[in-house]
Amino acid sequence: MLARMTATAASARSDLTEVARSEATLRSFLHGLPGVDQVGAEQRAAMLATRSIKTTAKAWAIDLAIRMVDLTTLEGADTPGKVRALAAKARRPDPADPSCPAVAAVCVYPRLVPVAAEALRGSGIHLASVATAFPSGQAPLEVRLADTRAAVAAGADEIDMVINRGAFLAGRYLEVFEEIVAVKAACGDAHLKVILETGELVTYDNVRRASWLAMLAGADFIKTSTGKVPVAATLPVTLVMLEAVRDFRDATGRQVGVKPAGGIRTAKDAIRYLVLVNETAGEDWLHPDRFRFGASSLLNDLLMQRTRLRTGVYSGPDYFTLD
Amino acid sequence: MFEYAPAPESRAVVELKPSYGLFIDGEFVDPLDGGSFTSINPATEEVLSEVAEAGPDDVDRAVRAARRAYAEVWGPMPGRDRAKYLFRIARIIQERSRELAVLESLDNGKPIRESRDVDLPLVAAHFFYHAGWADKLAYAGLGPNPRPLGVAGQVIPWNFPLLMLAWKIAPALATGNTVVLKPAETTPLTALRFAEICQQADLPPGVVNIVTGAGKTGQAVVEHPDVDKVAFTGSTEVGRQIARAVAGTRKKLTLELGGKAANIVFEDAPLDQAVEGIINGIFFNQGHVCCAGSRLLVQESVYDEVLAALKRRMARLRVGDPLDKNTDVGAINSAAQLARIRELSEAGTAEGAERWSPPCDLPDRGFWFAPTIFTGVSQSHRIAREEIFGPVLSVLTFRTPAEAVEKANNTPYGLSAGIWTEKGSRILWLADRLRAGVVWANTFNRFDPTSPFGGYKESGYGREGGRHGLEAYLDV
Repeated sequence: MLARMTATAASARSDLTEVARSEATLRSFLHGLPGVDQVGAEQRAAMLATRSIKTTAKAWAIDLAIRMVDLTTLEGADTPGKVRALAAKARRPDPADPSCPAVAAVCVYPRLVPVAAEALRGSGIHLASVATAFPSGQAPLEVRLADTRAAVAAGADEIDMVINRGAFLAGRYLEVFEEIVAVKAACGDAHLKVILETGELVTYDNVRRASWLAMLAGADFIKTSTGKVPVAATLPVTLVMLEAVRDFRDATGRQVGVKPAGGIRTAKDAIRYLVLVNETAGEDWLHPDRFRFGASSLLNDLLMQRTRLRTGVYSGPDYFTLD
Repeated sequence: MFEYAPAPESRAVVELKPSYGLFIDGEFVDPLDGGSFTSINPATEEVLSEVAEAGPDDVDRAVRAARRAYAEVWGPMPGRDRAKYLFRIARIIQERSRELAVLESLDNGKPIRESRDVDLPLVAAHFFYHAGWADKLAYAGLGPNPRPLGVAGQVIPWNFPLLMLAWKIAPALATGNTVVLKPAETTPLTALRFAEICQQADLPPGVVNIVTGAGKTGQAVVEHPDVDKVAFTGSTEVGRQIARAVAGTRKKLTLELGGKAANIVFEDAPLDQAVEGIINGIFFNQGHVCCAGSRLLVQESVYDEVLAALKRRMARLRVGDPLDKNTDVGAINSAAQLARIRELSEAGTAEGAERWSPPCDLPDRGFWFAPTIFTGVSQSHRIAREEIFGPVLSVLTFRTPAEAVEKANNTPYGLSAGIWTEKGSRILWLADRLRAGVVWANTFNRFDPTSPFGGYKESGYGREGGRHGLEAYLDV
């Protein structure tokens, strides 16, 4: 019944600090959350995907989506040159149009944080880094914490960590919880995004439980995926996470952000996510501080659609920079 | 604030004639006594077309044409050949689905999203499904040599004009009967478009006849002595009159009538999906659904959170222009229906229930009613007993599964019910005890041509769809 309390209206805010007192209390809380019916959740997401966003609404949504992009490069082949190019793109996504907004953040591996920090100085663009032995998280906790501290020390103001899926799937929720708490402490003032890797959690019930677990442990954002496993962000998974942040705010008053990442490539996709945000969590989440897209190729499609709306004609991909 | 700009579906795809005749013996003909009425767009009150009103002599012509077609062409035709026509009709419906969806929304007031994504796909599916049966009737488990009945007189309602036509015509034709169909007087236009599709498909003249008109025309169809089978979907009141009219005749009768379905939400329900199911149960098609989940039964232990979530969700419903692709709730079909919804809603307030609607701007012209819920409703209130057939939900509570069953069944109707729980054993336990023709578990308002549909008690008798639905059109 504990879980029931969390989902009630804001007037009845519950004290959730005791939830993680023990493995038993945490487990009973997470398992007491209302289930997710897979068919129903997928139906709802599919219905919202039919919303038709045109003209002024589309222009507004595209600019917002650009401002929400965490422009990401997470390759073994990343170099300082690649990261500098990305930072330049982040500052001024469309060199032909100064009215085009900058993106929310640049997201890189910890080793490249110093380069990105230098390149982004004074821009107001956040610098995110994937720490904690991204993407598998399969390193000793001390190593993951050191990874985090190093990224923050080098200038990252946002940390994207991965949860311990092995422990989660084995039911060792308190272990996952305590690791997130430890990483949050290592972050200091940096914002913590907690990657659930929903493609490995598989069920929506797991996604809902992992979302609450991460939020209870102090996550500032919950994020779907690393982009390194076959199933990344999907609309229904993001729907379930948006319901979780909405209910968490009702229960505690604290607003946690959501970041779908991986596989979002077109402006059309991005607008579908914004519709989902609008009609699930509500307009309080339609802000780069509360919703982000983890993406790389998405930005150019947003720019192409933006240009087409402004000029009435499509320009080819050669008119947009590949960084 | 994310304001969706208007996204209207184009009307250009629908060409409307200023007037339509009756479709008899493969041709559009003028009515013998020259009567007519108009069909309007309920969202704007704009006149769409003038439509002929069939008198008793016109109905007689139509029945004669149907009889002749039955005796000479359609009855003797092998099932595999009938199937070809039905497959052809199904494909034409798919090809012209955009046009049909727009016309349905214009004439009925339902949102284009629903006519496009629900009505039209189901219409085509019903024809495809029954086309498949046409040459396999001997294997339907209804005896070795099931025979058609002859001429079917069919009267359909205005809530799903083309879909109800499909539910009636597809099984009738597949089983070798010919039909005289009367569409509702407020929504005749897609049926007339279907008549054009019959011509396009080269369906032999007289196999399908469409006679437009109001109650008197329907009565003439039902009471015509040469009709062998009567199928009616509509109100329980009219259903009773029809049952009386055919009593003592040789006519076979199926009736799909009203409902007052219970949508039962247990404390262990998947909450967000249950809320979607409640919304879909009552606000789908403006609540103009005979199987609508118009009585919400919530377990008391989760009443507060379900109600809060329901209100939050209702505030998201987009009410307005049916042709806008983002509209969730369209126009009430007619002034008469709007008056009935208002009357019953006022009775709800007068009897002490508490009424709530989200803030919602309704257009000035046309027939509109804001999505509404009543709380504090008890079993004795009129809004808990009578079918409102509009976007009005009565919320009641229960404490135990036994009480849920008792309250759900405590109605003269028995068309459908919904169960929301994560416990599979409870679904089966409850489904066994609910006296309702359709029981949905963790979903609502899902339809499929393979699944029989029909009611208990005053919701009617006979089944439509699936293998069971064939029997109503066969002598077995």
